[in-house]
Amino acid sequence: MINIFQNYGSQLWQGFWQTIICSIISLFFALIIGSGFAILETVPNKWTHLIARMYIELFRNIPLLVITMFFYVVIPMYFVKISGFAAGTIGLTIYSSAFIAETVRSGIQSVDVGQIEGARANGLTFWQTMVHIVLPQAFRYVLPPLGNQFINLVKNSSVLAFVAGFDLMYQGNVIASDSLQSMNAYLCVGLLYLVITLPLSYYMRYLERRTLKGGA
Amino acid sequence: MLDNLMQAYSFINMRFLLEGAWVTIQVSVISIAFSYLFGIILGILRYVNFKIISAALGFVIDIIRNLPLILIMFFTYFGLPQIGFKPTPFWAAIIALIIFESAMVAEIVRAGIQSIDPGQMEGARANGMTYWQALWFILLPQALTNMIPAIVSQFISLVKDTSLATIIVLPDLMNHAQIIYGQNTNYTIPMFIALAAMYFVVCYALSLLSKYLERRQRYQGKPANN
Repeated sequence: MINIFQNYGSQLWQGFWQTIICSIISLFFALIIGSGFAILETVPNKWTHLIARMYIELFRNIPLLVITMFFYVVIPMYFVKISGFAAGTIGLTIYSSAFIAETVRSGIQSVDVGQIEGARANGLTFWQTMVHIVLPQAFRYVLPPLGNQFINLVKNSSVLAFVAGFDLMYQGNVIASDSLQSMNAYLCVGLLYLVITLPLSYYMRYLERRTLKGGA
Repeated sequence: MLDNLMQAYSFINMRFLLEGAWVTIQVSVISIAFSYLFGIILGILRYVNFKIISAALGFVIDIIRNLPLILIMFFTYFGLPQIGFKPTPFWAAIIALIIFESAMVAEIVRAGIQSIDPGQMEGARANGMTYWQALWFILLPQALTNMIPAIVSQFISLVKDTSLATIIVLPDLMNHAQIIYGQNTNYTIPMFIALAAMYFVVCYALSLLSKYLERRQRYQGKPANN
């Protein structure tokens, strides 16, 4: 295992960064899109609710691989040429945004209705109420589940290996076939994934316990 | 366009796709059955405090939960032959899915048992049950009904994740669709629509089931009068 790190260190490092960059870009946009659809779903309007519901249900129930391959195969064929990294990141963003929307929605709905009524009664508009009153409380409540979504996102970023996204998993495959030590290569890759996800997962568990205590 | 669609969804292509879907279903069902079983066993072991075993098991479960499934699949397909066990893609995919999902289910089961009121355990023990009897007859049935929605959504993601096994050339739905649009690029969009529709139907049906069970369970939890 050590000789893999010695011989292929730079490749592993590159893959590691690519995975982190892809995850952060995806998280950023998925948060924006997801929160947008979560708000749309809670807006008291039948049509926006329907649109948001359709988006969420559609992308929650289609495998990530199908979405990613769609952007990797179909989009370059008919529209613009995009790299594997971009295709993977877009697919990951769309897929994760559906899950984040669901999480944020549960947070918004957990905010006491009295808060919204109070804010509206005090003359805030709907959007002001959302931005200043509801979302800050909702996000504090959903931080642990959102963190778990981020961990899932990092794990799911391994789908970039399918589309030549040069992420950790892709480099792992390259190293495995180059060194002929697939066991060791995958162990190294696994170790690097754990470096990202394990601390996050323990931190989220700590946060979860703290919010539970605070709530009770 | 319409002509193209008709050709893409020709009898031969659809039969080929459905053959892939059949493999996907087989893999899903076998993995769901085994990971449910192992998940419950591991979850109980994790909940019961055997000093070293539970801590070690917890660590292993945490590690598996935090690894990408694709990595575990590669590991079972390309890594295991190095130590003398060579599974076919079919079994490699199933082994990987069972390892990954039973860790996920174990965590759900542990959380489910922990969320049961401690009074239940105390009451059972006070009535003369042994610790294991109380766990098996009192805590576990309650925990399992509470956990149904979480477990069903875990299995939805299992069905979706079977598509990842194309990377180890499992001839599943995704793989067969790729073969079809690999032969004729005109079939690409129809194949993606078919793929999305097939996965969507199965997963959405499961998610409706999970919502139904969740609702039923919520009504059951409430006292009849009040």
